[in-house]
Amino acid sequence: MTQESSDDVEAAVASAFATEWGQVVATLIRVTGDWDLAEDSAADAFATALERWRRDGIPRNPGAWLTTTARNRATDRIRREATGNAKLRQAALLARDGDEPAEPDEVQDDRLRLIFTCCHPALPFEGRVALTLRTLTGLTTAEIARAFLVPEPTMYQRLTRAKKKIREAAIPYRVPPAYLLPGRLSAVLAVLYLLFNEGYAATAGANLIRQNLSAEAIRLGRLLVELLPEPEARGLLALMLLHDARRATRVGADGELVTLDRQDRSRWDQATIAEGLRLLPLAPGAYQLQAAIAACHAVAESVEKTNWPRIVALYDDLLVHTPSPVVRLNRAVAVAMADGPAAGLALVDGLAASGVLAGYHLLPATRADLLRRMGNSERAAEAYREAFALAATDAERAYLKARLDEL
Amino acid sequence: MKYALVIWHGEEHAESPQEIDAWPEHKAWMDDLVARGIFQGGARLRAMTTTKVQVRGGETLVSDGPYAETKDLIGGFLMVECAHLDEAIEVAAGHPFAAFGTVEVRPVWE
Repeated sequence: MTQESSDDVEAAVASAFATEWGQVVATLIRVTGDWDLAEDSAADAFATALERWRRDGIPRNPGAWLTTTARNRATDRIRREATGNAKLRQAALLARDGDEPAEPDEVQDDRLRLIFTCCHPALPFEGRVALTLRTLTGLTTAEIARAFLVPEPTMYQRLTRAKKKIREAAIPYRVPPAYLLPGRLSAVLAVLYLLFNEGYAATAGANLIRQNLSAEAIRLGRLLVELLPEPEARGLLALMLLHDARRATRVGADGELVTLDRQDRSRWDQATIAEGLRLLPLAPGAYQLQAAIAACHAVAESVEKTNWPRIVALYDDLLVHTPSPVVRLNRAVAVAMADGPAAGLALVDGLAASGVLAGYHLLPATRADLLRRMGNSERAAEAYREAFALAATDAERAYLKARLDEL
Repeated sequence: MKYALVIWHGEEHAESPQEIDAWPEHKAWMDDLVARGIFQGGARLRAMTTTKVQVRGGETLVSDGPYAETKDLIGGFLMVECAHLDEAIEVAAGHPFAAFGTVEVRPVWE
């Protein structure tokens, strides 16, 4: 056996961790039925890899090596326990143990089982998010706590409670049957979209783990599309990619927000945009329509050359799926670009009069922008000040202050 | 896996168990549960005449209630034997009261 250099082995284990952690945990959960045991055994297997691969060389199939090692570790751990329950699990484990690998389809489906179980609607939403990160991406409890800005014991409790609910309420470890799939898939997509948005909203000042949530969401989105290429799953992945392509241009040198019309389009990531565009167009669905809107922006040379009438039409379709006032506000902005600020302002004033968006700072901020474009500086300033009072973050206030100063 | 299904409904539902049994959708639902070996028993409860009993320091304290703060009342319960939570959810969603009240799915501690 060749002696591997420490650097090579560390790189190989790190790479295997990124690609195989979820697979190892997913398989171990199926084989043992015990989520904590699966996580602990997977962690053991990766620690063992560091030592063994140095001595014996990096295996040809690291994933299979890690799964087998984790299984052996699980068997050892169960043998050390002495309760009746543990013996039953041991019997189940050993019945499937040995050298013969599981069917490739079964292994393939393990990660999908894990995704759907982590995102089961009977779990609290925060628990779904945490469990998805812990079991599928391998982030530690401490890292997840940092990413969501909560104390580590709080995150630990969230994870423990979610696993306890899965165990005690007997949430099945399976891909839901076809008649349940649409509802369950939308629960999965909601978790991925939240992860993406948490990371996307995190600015340069935020910790790296928080910023990386977007990358984790895209990674999980790619995995989901690979395993289950449903139109809305592809739509969400496209949406995330098309937004992520603009990430570098969204924040200025001093950490200030840069809106779409002021972003340097030459710095948009064309490879990511191309990947997003390849996933479209598909059947209409809320994520696919939002992705189609993002695609209109991604391919436009400038704000002026953007296909605003098409964006308005896409918002009309989106309102059928998501009849929310925020979507109506965004549609009003697109109408203002397609038909002039007065047409947009009429819609925004209608929304303001209905009172459904009372307290939402983007409503007066949008009114202010339209009034400014119409040359009505006085009323624009009034609306900017109203938005300033409602804004929740320093970045938003700094942005509004700058617009006010420009008047 | 055993689950208790706890049925909550508003005060306006004062139907007797005989009346509920006569509902075609309730009968179809129950016949299916019995045929599949899922139904393990249960009862319609008189929701508005509950008595609370506590023993404190050797003394038996008796009072009217408890009733929830909301307008909903516990109107009955069922015991069901299901393969897993998804099956229990499907059974709960089929209870006619799920369409206007709430059905809680509570795992039995065995």
